[in-house]
Amino acid sequence: MKALLRLLLMAALLGLWEAAARGFAIPGYILPPPSAVGVALYRGVRSGIFLEHVWITMLETFLGFALGASAGFLLGTAVALSRRFEYYFHPIIIMFQAMPKVALAPLIIVWFGLDLPSKVINAGLVCFFPLMVNTIVGLRSADEDRVSLMRSLAASPSQIFWMLRLPGALPSIFAGLEIAMIFALIGAIVAEFVGAQSGLGVLIQSMNFSMDVAGQFSVLFILSLIGLGLNGIVTAVRRQVVFWDHGGRGNQPGGKP
Amino acid sequence: MQTLRAPEELIAVRELTRRYGAVTALQSVNLSIGGGELVAIVGPSGCGKSTLLRILAGLLEPTEGEASLHGSRIDGPRRDIGVVFQTPVLFPWRSVLDNVLLPVDVQRLGRDKMRATAMELLRLVGLDGFETHLPRQLSGGMQQRAALVRALIHDPSVLLMDEPFGALDAMTREQMNLELQRIWMERRKTVVFVTHSVGEAVFLADRVVVMSPRPGRIVDTLEVDFPRPRPLSVMNTEAFGVHVSRIREKLNATGGLE
Repeated sequence: MKALLRLLLMAALLGLWEAAARGFAIPGYILPPPSAVGVALYRGVRSGIFLEHVWITMLETFLGFALGASAGFLLGTAVALSRRFEYYFHPIIIMFQAMPKVALAPLIIVWFGLDLPSKVINAGLVCFFPLMVNTIVGLRSADEDRVSLMRSLAASPSQIFWMLRLPGALPSIFAGLEIAMIFALIGAIVAEFVGAQSGLGVLIQSMNFSMDVAGQFSVLFILSLIGLGLNGIVTAVRRQVVFWDHGGRGNQPGGKP
Repeated sequence: MQTLRAPEELIAVRELTRRYGAVTALQSVNLSIGGGELVAIVGPSGCGKSTLLRILAGLLEPTEGEASLHGSRIDGPRRDIGVVFQTPVLFPWRSVLDNVLLPVDVQRLGRDKMRATAMELLRLVGLDGFETHLPRQLSGGMQQRAALVRALIHDPSVLLMDEPFGALDAMTREQMNLELQRIWMERRKTVVFVTHSVGEAVFLADRVVVMSPRPGRIVDTLEVDFPRPRPLSVMNTEAFGVHVSRIREKLNATGGLE
């Protein structure tokens, strides 16, 4: 019953949008009715034009995610484990963290060109911090009693890391991965806006120039689907890996894109 | 009075002092514990009993004096010591069996060899059938039993217990006291048991060491020679009451129980 109401609400909103767009005769280049968006979506999918751009954007997102998340994890681990490393790198990290990473996109295009690498690097930069921050928080949150227990067994520092700190940090790391995955998509799209030859960001821009607003809405719809899918993948992996952490989503300090 | 009942000295604590900055947690503590003895240390919080236990576990360095085991100075964690903490300290991602096998993994004793021992110990504490469960699926008492098995798995000569049943409800606690006694009689470990419950100390121990707070020192030691196995009803006897009141008087005279 509740689920039905939820669907009805969504349908009602779409209906309202449709009625408003038609009733007030809003021009299609300002706000097209949902039916026009649906037609644009259908045409785009039929012609296969979306497919190529979706593929490019997904590739950038995944590669950027892999790059940024690994770097964030490694640096976060270094900071969490070494006070000395933290002491020297802390000011630099804080400065970079305060900076809106997407503002670097124009520079990155200048440095790395219009092709794939610049998008991957931008996506990686944006998703680097949430993962680093969550890795630090997770590794540092190891329970003191558990550390004492490991030490009382004469465990080596590396055993304490692999058997206690790392598994204990996984809920927090996965919370970071969920954020990082979506951030990577944002980073890729922004970099495509600034300068690229293909990708959904490019498609949105070219549709914008030709005032194809219905087309833009259809791309936004596809982007939402991609975002949901990416989030679903991370969530599914988290459920498998962090099987003991029921419901809890760990810490989510997050960061800014 | 004859106090040299203990066989040979296993743990020796000499003139042990531990300071945290300006605060003296332990002041010139001397203690000798024989092999196979079950010694309880009672005292109010802040009397340094946990500090003493952590020094014995090699987790903490003494400021002055020394503690030794088997005649050699304790200067770090050792493999022949098992520790039970106030909370079970189980790893939530490990099953009960895997938690119990943690010392085996850390000390690389060979899982295949030790699995049978683990199962036998789990049976001893009534946890057979729960080995594949995750810790969160167990009650507090069952979790602490698993922690006890984990402390015994690598067959240490000494078991150090830091208020192990303090977080349990009164009935579970009595049950655990009985079980500890049974395991101790079966395995004959040397047990150092820290508690702030006078009754628990007298019930369990061969010898009760009474400590006073700020700075922590030993103010009394008394032998308890009720025959074993002691039933819970021993707590209702007059002799039990005499021991308890003597300890309470000592504690009250030196800062009191809170």
